[in-house]
Amino acid sequence: MSTDPRLWGGTIRTGLVWGGVAVFLALVGMVEAFAGRQIVAGVISLGRSLLLLTGLAAGYQAAQRSAGGGPMLILSRAGLAGAVAGALLSALVLVGSALDLRQVLVNASPGLFSLLSFGQGVAGAYLTVLAAMAAGAAGGVASLLAARARGPLVTGLAGVLALGLFQELLDPVLRRSIVGSAIRGLLFADNGLSLPGAFATFLLAGGMSALWTDRKAAARRWLLTLPASRRLGLRLLALGLGVSVLLLLPLAAGPFLSTVLVLVGLYTLMGLGLNLEVGLAGLLDLGFVAFFAIGAYTAGLLTSTGDLAIANLSFWGAVPVAVVVSLIAGVILGVPVLGIRGDYLAIATLGFGEITRLLFLSDFLRPWLGGSQGVLGIPKPTIGGLELKGPEHLFYVTLVSSALVAYIAIRLRDSRLGRAWMALREDEDVAEAMGINLVNVKLLAYGLGAAFAGVSGAIFAVLVGSVFPHSFQLLISINVLALIIVGGIGSMPGVVVGSLFLVGLPELLREFAEFRFLVYGAALVLMMQLRPEGLWPAAAISRELHAADEMVRSREATRLTDAPPTDG
Amino acid sequence: MRQRWFQKLSLVDLLLWAFRAGVLLLVIWGTIGTLSAGTYSGETWIDLVVFGLSQGSVYALIALGYTMVYGILRMINFAHGEVFMSGAYTAYFVADALARAGHLNRNPILSLLLILAVSMVTSTAVALLLERIAYRPLRRAPRLVPLIAAIGASFFLQYAFRGLYGSGFKAYPEAEILKGKWTIAGIEILRTQAVVLVASVLMMLGLYIFVMRTKMGTAMRAVSEDMEVAALMGINVDRVIVITFGVGAAMAGAAGMLYALVFKQVHFFMGFVPGIKAFTAAVLGGIGNIPGAMLGGLFLGVVESVGPILFLDGLGIVAPYQLKDVIAFTMLVMVLIFRPSGILGERLVVKKA
Repeated sequence: MSTDPRLWGGTIRTGLVWGGVAVFLALVGMVEAFAGRQIVAGVISLGRSLLLLTGLAAGYQAAQRSAGGGPMLILSRAGLAGAVAGALLSALVLVGSALDLRQVLVNASPGLFSLLSFGQGVAGAYLTVLAAMAAGAAGGVASLLAARARGPLVTGLAGVLALGLFQELLDPVLRRSIVGSAIRGLLFADNGLSLPGAFATFLLAGGMSALWTDRKAAARRWLLTLPASRRLGLRLLALGLGVSVLLLLPLAAGPFLSTVLVLVGLYTLMGLGLNLEVGLAGLLDLGFVAFFAIGAYTAGLLTSTGDLAIANLSFWGAVPVAVVVSLIAGVILGVPVLGIRGDYLAIATLGFGEITRLLFLSDFLRPWLGGSQGVLGIPKPTIGGLELKGPEHLFYVTLVSSALVAYIAIRLRDSRLGRAWMALREDEDVAEAMGINLVNVKLLAYGLGAAFAGVSGAIFAVLVGSVFPHSFQLLISINVLALIIVGGIGSMPGVVVGSLFLVGLPELLREFAEFRFLVYGAALVLMMQLRPEGLWPAAAISRELHAADEMVRSREATRLTDAPPTDG
Repeated sequence: MRQRWFQKLSLVDLLLWAFRAGVLLLVIWGTIGTLSAGTYSGETWIDLVVFGLSQGSVYALIALGYTMVYGILRMINFAHGEVFMSGAYTAYFVADALARAGHLNRNPILSLLLILAVSMVTSTAVALLLERIAYRPLRRAPRLVPLIAAIGASFFLQYAFRGLYGSGFKAYPEAEILKGKWTIAGIEILRTQAVVLVASVLMMLGLYIFVMRTKMGTAMRAVSEDMEVAALMGINVDRVIVITFGVGAAMAGAAGMLYALVFKQVHFFMGFVPGIKAFTAAVLGGIGNIPGAMLGGLFLGVVESVGPILFLDGLGIVAPYQLKDVIAFTMLVMVLIFRPSGILGERLVVKKA
């Protein structure tokens, strides 16, 4: 096996592919932009970790592909793959030092090359290869480890990465209390984790993960032996804990984190709405931002104290109107596209979304909608004389409306209407044959989905205090689509998970914001290939997508059971 | 009989008819208003039509990629606009270097051909990578899966090129030879527009001959007719798909260079709107139909160029040119709703959806 030359060719190709990924990450600007954020102070930055990860991945994949060979062979293959990847990077350094690439590739800066060659310039190019080889070999070692050891190792490293990333955010929170300050002193340096802190985090996270894998089954058994009333009590306790953490969050987090949380909430609201259309009813809508915009404009115009004011309602009076207006808009835009299916529907709704934005932007409707200047002077909502001005206060508004909308969404999903939607998603013709009124069911999906987006838009209007057409780009529709797909299409908890990952994370990591759509795009493509059911899948979708695998599996199973010769 | 017809007419049909009649009424009313006001001279109209034709020919070139891929895989390559952008954006650097070295004015034809070649090669390379990495593994997946992957790929490509080349607008250099006007049959035409029109018509002719006369073209048509049977006949379907993506992308690359000649600037986001419009053109002409895409592109270009003044000015709408894209998108939506098989439509869409 070790003499099979094709395998070595495969190893080199693996190395080249991952090297290409590393070169791309470097040239697109990620490596240098992330180099400023230290994970472990003075040891490794996020930018370097990114390169390290490509090396690890190259080694791991090469090792996986030569599984069955001896450990020495596997390690050498992994090292070779890493070295090839590193060679590509050092080639980039050499070319970049000889030619001025910056005329074309804006990120091919001296800073990047010095980062890649460990500050040594051309002379350090071999260091890149060596480092990548080491990373590749480490990836190979990881693939040799038993799964029992690999799990805790990965969790430990992920813990270090997460704490290092969020150091800047945790810092002000920890400083507030004495205990927090003590923890801060233990774990963090001025910039990133301290070296002992990193070790402690690694051990803690890894140990907890090991304990959990060890004890998971036992814990579950223990839970099952409890009487039903105790189990309910435990569940309520967990729920209560979760709710109180959520309620106290903005107090601990401060205004910046609260704004991020509000944004996550707004996207959750939109995601729940789009989930009705795409996830349950299978109607792919790329113009969803239009309803968000309509909700925002309605609330803005109704409450505004500026020139375009039409009613001077309070926020609480305006929200129901915004919801109703969005609902009607959803139905009206739904009528023409009733007969369109599949990808044509996606393009048609995209057309509607763009038309809406262009109309909001145009000078033609300026006297009513404010054109490119939008609607200004939207006051903050008040409750009994208390003005909800900061994002900390608006967080509660978002939280309550998200909870309410999620409740409605879950009830809808489990209702007769929800089942009709799912039937529609599976097969329109069969659904119609089963007596489902396609027109009503589809219009309800559009209308209710739009109404959820309307709530989100109304809150957005008061959060920002003004409404501009530029806030309603197609990118928002894509954002929402991406988050429900990453979270798990058709799944309600998935929407929250998706918006935490896709909206929360990029807001928290400022360097990340620039690469947000790059990562979204890649996430959508990868998600479709590796895990089309999402991070937190809905049971039905997961079953459907893996139906083919299961069929193969059951066929294999029958073959196995049939295999022993039977008498007669 | 009459009564049954009347019973079948539901509220939804009524609303759709009202929508159709409303748009038609607005168009007619606006046209009469504009023409009776007589603010615009005949020359203006001719200029607008010529501009529309040259822009439409660019749309037509891009639309070919949509239509060919749809014809074979029944998927909308949402990232095709980005394939177009990648060629134009990369060729900018060649054009810029040539202009600075003075070659663009010394050997204009050779330089322009070189720029065109770079643009086409880049677009083709991007499209082949796209097909290999993003689409090929999904060929047997449920329908929405490849579309979502294509949307993801579209954003990935936009922001990848933004990261690689920078986020600003880049001014495309102008060749001396393309400045000024030619007078053809008494009509003055901007040289760029004439070149764009002629070049794209030549490209389309070449493509048409390729598809109709060569062995590969025949294989393509066979695969688009029925993939399984074509495979049984010994056609290498994978290769045909790759070549289809490649040829469509080469056309998009050429379109990118021509587009840059007309608009004189490039940007990482430049592919989105032309991409959607080219898709509109492809649908207009009947998706999967090559001559249809060409006609659809030209038609869309002319409507978009003449439309804002002809339809909207007469309605007393301020700054009608801002609503140029609204006209294109409305056309897109109307075609999708009322005639998804397009003007020259031969395929029924429902069966495949």
